[in-house]
Order: sequence, then C-alpha cells, then structure tokens
Amino acid sequence: MIEYNRFTLDNGLTVLVHEDTATPMAVVNVLYDVGARDEHPNKTGFAHLFEHLMFGGSINIADYDEPLQRAGGDNNAYTTNDLTNYYCQLPAQNIETAFWLESDRMLSLAFSEKSLSVQRKVVCEEFREHYINKPYGDVWKQMRQLAYTVHPYQWMTIGKELSHVENAHIDDVKHFFFKHYRPVNAILVVAGNVRTEDIKQLAEKWFGPIPMGDKYIRCLPQEPVQDLARRLTIEAAVPLDAFVKTWHMDARLNKGYYTADLITEILGGGASSRLYQSLVKEQKLFSNLDCYHFGSLDAGLLTIEGKLVKGVDINKAEQAIAEQIAQIQEQPVSIAELTKVKNKTESVIAFEDMSIMSRASSLAMYELMGDASLMNTELEKYQEINPQDIVDYSKQIFRESNSNTLHYLAK
Amino acid sequence: MLNRKIQPTITDAVSFDLKLRTCEQYQLDNKVPVYSMNAGTQDVLMIEWVFKAGNWFEQKNIVAGTTNFLLKNGTSTKTAYQINDHFEFYGAYLNRTCYNETASITLHCLSKHFNELLPVVAEIITDSIFPEEELITYQQNQKQKLSVNLKKCDFIANRLIDEYVYGFHHPYGKYTSTLDYDQLNRAELIEFFKRFYAEGHCTIFTAGKIPSNLQSQLNKYFGALPLQQRAIPHIQYNLQSAVEKKHQIINDENGVQGAIRIARPFPNKHHPDYQKTQILNNIFGGFFGSRLMSNIREDKGYTYGIHSYIQNHMGETAWMISTEAGRDVCEATISEVYKEMEILRNEVVDEDELSLVKNYMLGTVLGDLDGPFQLIARWKNYVLNNLDEQYFYNSVQLIKNTGAEELNVLAKKYLNPEEFYELTVI
Repeated sequence: MIEYNRFTLDNGLTVLVHEDTATPMAVVNVLYDVGARDEHPNKTGFAHLFEHLMFGGSINIADYDEPLQRAGGDNNAYTTNDLTNYYCQLPAQNIETAFWLESDRMLSLAFSEKSLSVQRKVVCEEFREHYINKPYGDVWKQMRQLAYTVHPYQWMTIGKELSHVENAHIDDVKHFFFKHYRPVNAILVVAGNVRTEDIKQLAEKWFGPIPMGDKYIRCLPQEPVQDLARRLTIEAAVPLDAFVKTWHMDARLNKGYYTADLITEILGGGASSRLYQSLVKEQKLFSNLDCYHFGSLDAGLLTIEGKLVKGVDINKAEQAIAEQIAQIQEQPVSIAELTKVKNKTESVIAFEDMSIMSRASSLAMYELMGDASLMNTELEKYQEINPQDIVDYSKQIFRESNSNTLHYLAK
Repeated sequence: MLNRKIQPTITDAVSFDLKLRTCEQYQLDNKVPVYSMNAGTQDVLMIEWVFKAGNWFEQKNIVAGTTNFLLKNGTSTKTAYQINDHFEFYGAYLNRTCYNETASITLHCLSKHFNELLPVVAEIITDSIFPEEELITYQQNQKQKLSVNLKKCDFIANRLIDEYVYGFHHPYGKYTSTLDYDQLNRAELIEFFKRFYAEGHCTIFTAGKIPSNLQSQLNKYFGALPLQQRAIPHIQYNLQSAVEKKHQIINDENGVQGAIRIARPFPNKHHPDYQKTQILNNIFGGFFGSRLMSNIREDKGYTYGIHSYIQNHMGETAWMISTEAGRDVCEATISEVYKEMEILRNEVVDEDELSLVKNYMLGTVLGDLDGPFQLIARWKNYVLNNLDEQYFYNSVQLIKNTGAEELNVLAKKYLNPEEFYELTVI
C-alpha cells in the first residue's frame, strides 16, 4: 500500500507527496502530459527532442545540471509515446534546489539557438546509435507503420525520420513549450524524507506564480478495428531471419489490458513459458522468442517476436506460433498456470516499489491515468481474471484479421 | 519577491556524516560465510551464492561461462523446464552470471516463498547434470546471438580494446568465437562443475526483509555440502598488452557511427592512487557534468554520450573512455579527448568545479546507501576484494579532503595519450 497526500495549486498543478522517513533522499518527479502521440505527423520526434532541450537552460538559470550536482543530486528524463517524465533525486535537506530548477523551467525555457542546434545533433546521433546502426534497428519503425493507419502510435518516440529532427526550428520549440509545458498539464510528485506541509509551502512558493496555461485537450484519431490481416516482408543485411507479429489489444485501463498482460506472461514470460518451451526448446525453431506489450495508454499491440534458427522456413515457424495461439484460445489454462503468472505479477509489483524513484514515477503515471490510488488496486485487477477470461480474450484479439506480420529476412 | 536567479541555500554534501550500515555475518556449519543485510520495507528477499568459479579458473575458453549458464538446465531429478517452472511459479527470479574471478547464482523472491525455493537451489549446486541436448541447444542459440552481436560496432570494440590492454590469454582480455562454442563438450562442464561448484568455495549474501528462520534454513540446505574444503587453485596471469597502440577497424562499410574506445592499464583497488583517481575520473568523464560530456556532447553534439571509467576488476585493471560518435566526427572526437587530458595535466582544476564534483559524488554515495540491495552490493564488493568498511570511510574522507594539486599530479601520472590504446570500429 503506497500512501500519499494530494493537493492542487490555483494554477492547476497537481501535487502528490509520498512520505518515507526510512531514506535520507528525496525525489522530485515532474510528469508532463505530452508524448510522441501528440506530435504533428510531419514534425515527429519533437516531444523527445524537447526533453533534451529542457536541459539547455531556463529563463533564469543558465544551466540545469550544475546546481543540482552541487546539491548532491542527479537527474534524468524519458519520453514515451504517451508522456514525458523528468525526475531528480537529491539529499532531502537540499530539496528546495529541485523546486527552484523544476519551477524555472516550467516558467519558461531560455530558448537558446545554440542548445537547439547541439541537441538536434545529439538526438540524431541517438537515432543513429539505436535505430540505424544496429541490426534490426528499424523493426519497430516498420511495424508501427504497418499496424497503425491513423493513430499517432504509427511512429517511434525518436521520430519517423532524421529530417524531422534536423529541421526543428526555434519557433516550433516555443510553440510546443507553451502548449504543453504548463502547470495545468503537469503532475508534480515528491517522494522521500519530506513532510507534506513543507512541500505545500515549497510548491506554492516556486510553482504557484507560474501562469496556468490552457488545458491540453487530446483528441487523437483512434485506430479503427482492423479487419484485414496485413503482411510485410523486408530483406536487410542481418545474419538471421526475424519474425514479428502484433495484434491490437485494449487500452491501459480496460479489463482487456490486464488479461492481455497475463496472456503475454503465459506465452512468453520466462523460460517455463509456453512459446519458449515449445518453440525454442522442443521444436528448436527459434533461438530466442519474446511475447510482450508496451503498456501503452491508448490501445496497444500484443507482440510475439523472435529470431529463427538458421535453415528454418519462416512459414513453418509462423505456423508453429499459430498452433500455440490456437491452444490458448481453445483450452482454458490450468489454475496452476494462472496462479504462476499472477504470482509473477505480485512479485514484479513488489520489486518495482522498492525505490522511492520508482514509487514517485508510478504515482505520477497513475495520476495521469485518472487517479494515483489506482496504483494500490492494480494487483486486485489481475487477481480477478479467471481461465475463461483468458480464453475469451484470446479469441477476441488473436484473429488473423487483427494481426500484422513482419518477416524480416537476412539478405 | 521571489528571486529565481539565486540557488536556494544548500547543505554541502561534504558536511554529511555518511555511515555504512553494518552487515551481519555468520557461518554455516561447513564454514561457508554468510553476509546479511536486513533492511527495506517491501517483503522481498535477495540471496546470492558467489562461487570462485569465474573464467579465471577455466582451462578452455567459455567453459566457466557455459557451466554457469547451464546450471538451470537439469539435475538428475528435474528437467530444465521443471526447474524454471518451480521458480517462476513462486514469482521468483533465479539468475546466474559468470564474471572473471567469480560466478554467481542469484535468487530474487517474495520473502514468504523462500522456503520452497532453497532446496532447489541446493539441488542445482550439488546435482546439475548438463544434459547433452541442453548443451546442443545452447551452442546453437549462443552462436546465433554472437552472429548478431558481431554486426555491432560497440560489441566488437569492447572485445578488442580489452584484448589490446590485457592480452588475449588473460581472463580480462579474452572473448568468445563460434569455434569456442563448437568445441565445448559435456564432460568438461561436469568436471568444472564438480570442482568449482559442488566442491567449490562459496560465499552467500542475503538482503531485504530477512525471515527470522533464514539462517537455520540456509544451514539446513547448504551447511552440510562439501564446500570450502579443497584449496582454491592459485593461477597467475600476466598482462600481455598489444605492441601497437592505435587501431582502426571497418566492421560495416555502411556504418554511420564509430565505436571509440581509448584505454590504459590501471592499478587495482588496493593501490593508493585508486580512490583518488575516481575523483579525477569524475571530473574527466565520470558523470553527466563531466568535461568530456560538456565538451563533446553538450557543446559539439558529436555523440549521444561519452563516458570514462575504471573497469571494475579485482586485479590490475584499465581506465577507459568509451563513446559512439558520428562516422565523420570520430577523429575530431578522439582529438578532443586528448585535449581534455592535456588540460587536466596542464591546469589545476578550480575550486568551484572540484567542490561541485565532490558534492555530486557524496550525494551519489548517500543515494547508494539507500535500500538493502544497494547496501549488500557495496558490501559484496568489499568482501570479495578483501576490503572492509574502512575502505568506505577512507573513500569518503578522500573525496572530502583531496585537493586540486593532488589531482593534477594524478593527471600528469596517468593521463598521457602515449600510454593509451586507441580503437575505432566502424
């Protein structure tokens, strides 16, 4: 049970405080309700580029990192398709430095041309390092384009192509900032050795004066139900054939999401999972095989992905996966197997909640989804799922017409 | 009126009284030492069995790593599937890792389930049989994985730079080829297992919310095993560093980035320069605000990241600079690295920068002392390197008290480009 206090400033900034006196540290986590899904299709990669620019100086403070490091702190940030999250950890007695830094960059960035030109290059190198200069690096670029016809999940957070990042202009940066980085679109979570009363004062002092801004109303095109299977074959300079297949699944808060999560565990969670045991160990069709989803807030993709043992025909491998899917659609899982994946889920949650940093980011995430208290009822939602739910949901999503198949072949 | 230009008052981390929480120690009946850190709020537990079974002790490449990897793949009463299913049923993770001197089995579980899990760990340690079929699958899949990794410039660079510094015959310098996998045989694994696990030397580390009967249960399942009886073989390896210092490899004609590694040999943790050099390393390339990051990423945008670090080895080690940079700016990146070395040799670090780095380092230490797993990791590092808690307090004192002049002496001693090996892999 993760406890917290919540209050809202007049400018709409939501603040959550999680007190933990067992640690000497404090975490300040600021989540902005903007991700790659909120980008214009011709200016992709922007939310992530923007995350870099948030370290390039704010209106009153030339350098973000240096004063934080001087206060014994450390920080980082990440951007997903759904959201952007900034966090810093520092000795609790120095927490005001984090308020000073985070509030100033919420007030306004410096919008330095130099920072923009350098970070464009840095992000292009990040793009090259992870998505161009690595074998199979463009698998998700291809799969997203195949699986999504209208929803902005059709591009990765790094962007559709380098040119979108290269062409980012300072006016785009300003526009993006004042549209999304306003108190009313942000959630502040403070966790660690702090008292809510003190945090209230600090929040009022540093964040209170920032203009509220306009609430960003998200209206994204929702992906229509897919009613025809899509297939794509690509040849590339890679050593092994790879197989990737996805099926559309439910959005984050729907019951189907929790069922899909357990299905991925049954099929691909660990060395005793069905796909690994059958297709890697027994039939020796794949040298590795994973089943997962990204935890997307909007309707996401359940994915099965693996590399084929050299010499195996990819159609035969695909057929073997289809047999496993038919099995989960037709035969209810045993209570023992269902208990296993629920135990795993319980364990994952317990380990995740060990650090204050992870507790802070989870609270922010659940608050974004509607209510931080959802964090404490998560396990119950998994416990409610029964064998028939697994069968029903497998039948619902594992339709061929709902699937996207990528054969990524060695040239 | 709020003045946003001025940083709020801070407490210098230098003034913190950092205390390392003590670790409880006891021995099982067979003299196996156990280190225990009872802390944390979640009902979780970590137990690590560390064996002197690293690749230091193998006669043939990859035997130690393979033995370690296949520990979960079969005993005389359980198949690989049954072993995995047992741990996964309880939501537990059983991992194994092979290092140079040591090799580990690590269990993470909810505290309430440990009793069901210990007997199977004991079975693995005493009765692994390395089925031929499992070995064949492993060989095939590892070779496939290797074929993918060999396409990556950073993977190639990491292997080669170690070879240049330590020599291919040194455990820190060798790496694996397809042929090594082909030449493995089951008998060697069984022999290595018997000598270095079943009859080997073990140290146990536990952390988390420790159940009150953990000690007695550990003694029940592990206290009667024939461990700690045979002497650990004394094997000495000498460094055989490469003659040629500068290397360029084209691994992929179409590569758009180069993996750059620049490294020099460096003394082990017991050397008087080791801890002080950590401060110099932080200034140079050890954190986000370091000179290498500020110059090469934040000013020039040549790379997504550049870091320097002292490799975490028990023996004589290496000081390494590592980055992936745009293909057309690799040379410029390397020359900037040497420029930063030169500045550190020629100019004394100013007090402002030094105090920032000291505060940052001590703040990080404070954060690292938070949580049972971080604490036991620190203790493990000390125990396995024959250090004690005094090392921690010395290190804190050194961070607080080392002056800029002393760092300049170290820069002059160690940051000389002619002593570095340099490699670019495209």
